[in-house]
Amino acid sequence: MKCTVCREPACIDLRRHNSNFCSEHFLKFCRDQTARAISDHQMINPGDRVLVAVSGGKDSLALWDILLGLGYEADGLYIGLGITDYSDISKEYAQTFAASRGAKLIEVDVPDTYGYDIPNGSKAARRAPCSACGLSKRHIFDSVALEGGYAVVVTGHNLDDEAAVLFGNVIHWHTEYLGRQAPVLEAREGFPKKAKPLVRLGEREMAAYCVLADIDYMVDECPMSAGNKHLRYKEALNMIEEQSPGTKADFYHGFLRSAADRFTDLVEEGRSALGQCQHCGSPSPAEVCAFCRLVERAGGQRIELTTKGETHS
Amino acid sequence: MIVRLRNPSRELTINGPMSVTKLLNRLELNRESVLLIRNKTLVPGDDMLADTDEIEIRPVISGGFGS
Repeated sequence: MKCTVCREPACIDLRRHNSNFCSEHFLKFCRDQTARAISDHQMINPGDRVLVAVSGGKDSLALWDILLGLGYEADGLYIGLGITDYSDISKEYAQTFAASRGAKLIEVDVPDTYGYDIPNGSKAARRAPCSACGLSKRHIFDSVALEGGYAVVVTGHNLDDEAAVLFGNVIHWHTEYLGRQAPVLEAREGFPKKAKPLVRLGEREMAAYCVLADIDYMVDECPMSAGNKHLRYKEALNMIEEQSPGTKADFYHGFLRSAADRFTDLVEEGRSALGQCQHCGSPSPAEVCAFCRLVERAGGQRIELTTKGETHS
Repeated sequence: MIVRLRNPSRELTINGPMSVTKLLNRLELNRESVLLIRNKTLVPGDDMLADTDEIEIRPVISGGFGS
């Protein structure tokens, strides 16, 4: 098998692109696809300061590496969630990467800062672990980005992630969620701009990027994600993709081209009812926002996010 | 060849030579869900694996949808 670009021996085949690549040209392919997503969806403007949500996994570290390679001013944000050894090891991967690139990593530890961890806090609050995790992370992304003056928060959601979420939202006809499933969410009062620059790259491609770019990452799955329905959606989509390469890309990007705008009005209707959380000031449809309710039920304490966050560079 | 897998971690000994595609079929693994790594580099689908190779089959699917 030869590289489609240079005819040297290939190390990876991408059937949905009907292409094979050597290491050098595969890494370039990933950078080009990311740059195209950023350009097509106006994710990052020249001179923007970018905050990369970093978990220590393949997607976020590959994204950070690509953005730095493309010349963006990109700092990392690692959120410690108190998920046993998994969080400690993940943090080490994020710190090691930041040190190797001379990049700035902001750290926020949820147990130290808010007094709860995801395994126990989600039980106490009677939320699914992934729900409590997501709620915590979104609140902290927003707070750190707004406080730090970042123009945009970027996350490592890839094509497989987005296709799986879309699959779930279509199966259950969650129409408001369909309206929000965009690769870019513009900034508005109380929320920073958010973008997903990896939407043109699949999960296998991001893992391959890390292997070929010599990026060590947390390979093991989060112990709290067992039974996660999105894992089942991904398996289902991959069964189709194996037989019909390109299905996931057609599904997701076809939705963006042909159907996404039909659902955006529903999102606007929901937004008009937002007020301010009486505790933290975040946009909220209730007097107390979901994050502050989670902290309270999880047995933690509400703290305004001004003094927390260590940085490593 | 020695084949290392994860989730759960285990090690298998399988007689080679054998193509990557044939090995994945034998292990009933979807090629969209894994990478094959030999000597710290990737092995494409049509490559032959030798009897003496040591292979890592690395899952690429991650499931936490917290953000």
